Amino acid sequence: MLRASIRFALLVLCIAGWSVSALSVAVDRPLEDPAQEARARANHKQLRCLVCQNQSIEDSNATLARDLRLLVRDRILAGDTDQAAIRYIVERYGDWVLLKPPVKAGTIFLWAGPAVILMLAIVLIALWYRRRGGPAGRTVEPLSLDEQNRLKDLLGDGDRS
Amino acid sequence: MSNPIAEQGSRRHWLRLVPLVPLVIALVIGGFLFAGLNLRPKEIPSVLIGKAVPDFELPPLPGRPRGLTTADLKGEVSLVNVFASWCVSCRAEHPLFMKLQASGVVPVHGLNYKDEGSAAMGWLRRHGDPYDRVGADLKGRVGIDWGVYGVPETFLVSAEGRIVCKHIGPIMQRDLDDKLLPFIKALREGGTPQC
Repeated sequence: MLRASIRFALLVLCIAGWSVSALSVAVDRPLEDPAQEARARANHKQLRCLVCQNQSIEDSNATLARDLRLLVRDRILAGDTDQAAIRYIVERYGDWVLLKPPVKAGTIFLWAGPAVILMLAIVLIALWYRRRGGPAGRTVEPLSLDEQNRLKDLLGDGDRS
Repeated sequence: MSNPIAEQGSRRHWLRLVPLVPLVIALVIGGFLFAGLNLRPKEIPSVLIGKAVPDFELPPLPGRPRGLTTADLKGEVSLVNVFASWCVSCRAEHPLFMKLQASGVVPVHGLNYKDEGSAAMGWLRRHGDPYDRVGADLKGRVGIDWGVYGVPETFLVSAEGRIVCKHIGPIMQRDLDDKLLPFIKALREGGTPQC
């Protein structure tokens, strides 16, 4: 009797757990043409969610992200190219929604910055080594007479002579 | 190496600045962090400022006479408030719109975003209905056309049907006094205020 009720309770828990997890992975209805669906998904990954910033709309659970996923699918169904579908969203929300910012006058430092800083670092390091005469060919300044005498004292040369 | 002592002296002079390096780095980073305090990354600038209102046509809420279309936003300066009955901060700004309506300063239109008609009507009955026209955007597509990404948002629209300004989040008395009302005045006097 007890075992039966425990078994029943476990069964109930399993079913409840399954249904809850089934609800939580409620995905949107994909497009019927797998090629179109793949294009839609690729576009979703390039678009930034406006609610959960720094997530793509593909990754975000926000309702707006879901609406935008559906919108991209609709655009592709309507015959838009990938660029046109993305442009459709950008016209409404701006370059901000692009996870990869376009190269423009305002973003040129963003794109060129790392290369410029790297070049600058290489030039500075080269100049620094040149000034020091290079790591291998470093010149050592000769000791002054006082220093030579002191060194002799310390090494005990004075006693031996 | 013509003058080793002078050379050594200048290098020492140089080395004396080394302890300042961490300080300089800290100041630079601190400067960026300080500037960041006043940035609002949650407020995404709208690309629709200065552009014509998107083409749209929304039906009225059930039991309420007037819907909202692009043509309704031409002819006089108006505010378009994106609201929903499920939106908590909409309640915070709602009394201000009630006051605006009572004073008749500017017509306020509502864009009821992703709401149920009956819930929206119940909400307006409970808190008061300050809107001239209300369009019901059940699917949120028109909201997307307006670049809406959260509720509430409020747009200032010129008499020519151009989006002049977008306010993200609930409107406070301060926003009204410092921004919207002076802008409305300037628009009516034929100016072109910039947001």
